[in-house]
Amino acid sequence: MLKHVRPAVVLLALFTLLTGLVYPLAMTGIGQAAFNRQANGSPVERDGAIVGSSLIGQQFTRPEYFWGRPSAAGAGYDGRSSSGSNLGPSSQALSDRIKAEAERYGVPASDIPPDLLTASGSGLDPHISPAAARFQLARVAEARGLGENVVAGLIDAQVETPSLGVIGEEQVNVLELNLALDALDRAPN
Amino acid sequence: MKIEGWILILVFVGLVALIARPMGLYLTAVFDGRRTWLSPVLAPLERGFYRLSGVKHDSDQDWKGYAASLVMFSLVATLALFALMQLQHLLPLNPQGFGPVAPNVAMNTAVSFVTNTNWQAYSGESTMSHLTQMAGLTVQNFLSAAAGIAVAVAFARGFARRGAGQIGNFWVDMTRATLYVLLPISILFAIYLMASGVPQTLAGSLQATTLEGLPQDIAVGPVASQEAIKMLGTNGGGFFNANSAHPFENPDPWTNLVQMLSIFSIGAGLVIMFGRMVGDERQGWAILAAMGLLFLIGTGIAYWSETQITPAMVAAGVDPSLGNMEGKEIRFGLSASALFAAVTTAASCGAVNAMHDSFTAIGGMVPLLNILAGEVIVGGVGAGFYGILLFAILAIFIAGLMVGRTPAYLGKKIEAREVKLAVLAILASPLAILIGTAIAASTDVGRAGILNPGPHGFSEILYSFASAAGNNGSAFGGLTANTDFYTYAHAIAMLAGRFLVIIPALAIAGSLAAKPTAPASVGTFPTNGPLFIGLLAFVIVVVGALTFLPALAVGPVAEATANTLN
Repeated sequence: MLKHVRPAVVLLALFTLLTGLVYPLAMTGIGQAAFNRQANGSPVERDGAIVGSSLIGQQFTRPEYFWGRPSAAGAGYDGRSSSGSNLGPSSQALSDRIKAEAERYGVPASDIPPDLLTASGSGLDPHISPAAARFQLARVAEARGLGENVVAGLIDAQVETPSLGVIGEEQVNVLELNLALDALDRAPN
Repeated sequence: MKIEGWILILVFVGLVALIARPMGLYLTAVFDGRRTWLSPVLAPLERGFYRLSGVKHDSDQDWKGYAASLVMFSLVATLALFALMQLQHLLPLNPQGFGPVAPNVAMNTAVSFVTNTNWQAYSGESTMSHLTQMAGLTVQNFLSAAAGIAVAVAFARGFARRGAGQIGNFWVDMTRATLYVLLPISILFAIYLMASGVPQTLAGSLQATTLEGLPQDIAVGPVASQEAIKMLGTNGGGFFNANSAHPFENPDPWTNLVQMLSIFSIGAGLVIMFGRMVGDERQGWAILAAMGLLFLIGTGIAYWSETQITPAMVAAGVDPSLGNMEGKEIRFGLSASALFAAVTTAASCGAVNAMHDSFTAIGGMVPLLNILAGEVIVGGVGAGFYGILLFAILAIFIAGLMVGRTPAYLGKKIEAREVKLAVLAILASPLAILIGTAIAASTDVGRAGILNPGPHGFSEILYSFASAAGNNGSAFGGLTANTDFYTYAHAIAMLAGRFLVIIPALAIAGSLAAKPTAPASVGTFPTNGPLFIGLLAFVIVVVGALTFLPALAVGPVAEATANTLN
């Protein structure tokens, strides 16, 4: 066995250097130079301040914003604690959580688009379905004093469709949609 | 089920078949030691590695030497990785100031990454420094995969060589697998991932103030470089806790498709390489066809099951039209989530883009079954290939018993020694799984880890030992696995699932390589036609079913039939 020690130690050291330092650092160099925005987490800026990442969902609770899906990441959309609920198919806790979530919308669970009642795998899902956005339309329009047709137009503009018809799902990025809403308010009349 | 979902699944299978051949040709060239188009750059580097490490690259080893090299390499790597996690607070590239990893978790993680399992009893973004992620975990993502590929190549040589005592040189195979296969593809893959939104930075977090004025601290890091080899090497250990469900690991449906393809690419290529090495590519395609058959059945069942809603959702009155979206991401939906679950467990990858713990009872049983069947449907890089060939030996043996003649595969007589070793290798994982599950389910320390009570809790335990012994690494994530009991029990299962398979496999390779190759005759059972494909698939299902039906009955089957809440 002892004759295998030298190649084991030396090759581990060399490969640690190559695949553990040179490779990730070279990729970091390329990423920072060629894909600076993405390599740094796709930050979204408004008025010079970072308001989030276009890939990461965030917590919305006020009526004038569209709300995302329930999140099991920390206390909700915690960017340091990604997680699903891991509640199983016959979990009483899951059933109770869904009922509590439905109360937030003030209508029976069966009337609510299901993605608004189910927690995502990451707890950071940035998207909701177009149906889930339209479901919240009336609340948002009323809270902002906007016409429902105006808000509906914003949603339609934000709907992303599957590439080639099969790669992906119809979805709306909640942060982008809310930014578009805010931009409407901020625009000089 | 939607037609689009099925199109996606079939497109995926078609793309894997398209990739298999070019990948197989390239792998054949690499492991025959031929020059490839990367040789001008890599050959000098390769020679330098051999010189510094004292490896005689032109001298082959017998199976014992090959196995001893692999075991020593794994031992050194485990110790080094453990030390790195214990010392990370004293080392650079730790922007979050993480302390040393708890010793039991560090031991579990070291074993996990060296055995290509990547079971994670920790949350990456709140435990591991950037240096640990890069110089520890990423390195083992490469090397454990390279070691698996090396064993597969040595196993294929056992069939290809005649009257030879040697099956190759472990150091050379491992080095070439890393330099010529894993590293170049990872570089391209990482660049694609970065372009798509996967972070690659030495900073620790992105600080934002949300639209509602709250602070949001978003973990970032050198993700893309680790993500690429995590998939390609069928490792599956995510940078983040949520793994490929995390938008920073898997930002959109295209990265998701490419990640799934990368999980299967080398495994499928190795099968074709095997066919070419033994001089009949159709032998490789026959194996691939058996894999594809089992894969489509499992994926179809999982997809169908996830379009149903769960008893918990029924009880809460949820609209059933969207299916089971608990634990799934909008951008992947049901089909790409079910497909990913089937892919990651058919191969021994273990990355997840949806939470298997929240799947329906039957939907969650499919990934579990894929692991329990030995992860031979394409399988982990290397591991899947030698895994399915062990089953092929068993299938040939059974066919021989039925017609009453000495079984032979590819001209090599399959005799008592090979069959005994194959059975040992095939039974090692089930033993570790069932014994581990039995102990955990019957002790307080074991049951303490359960999140979901009732049959589902049993499934969490069963899945965890299956994942560990199968060197998969995915989980029913509700189980609390960082306790002393589970970190040590899972580590034992991981070691058994790795080395009690590899060592007998290498012994078979050595034994076969020494035999002459008999020419095919009219009495030879053809191993490139539909009869063999069916027999092979049948043997895999029967062995898996006979071994695990009682356990499955107590877990997912009981849950699916009970239809009540816990």
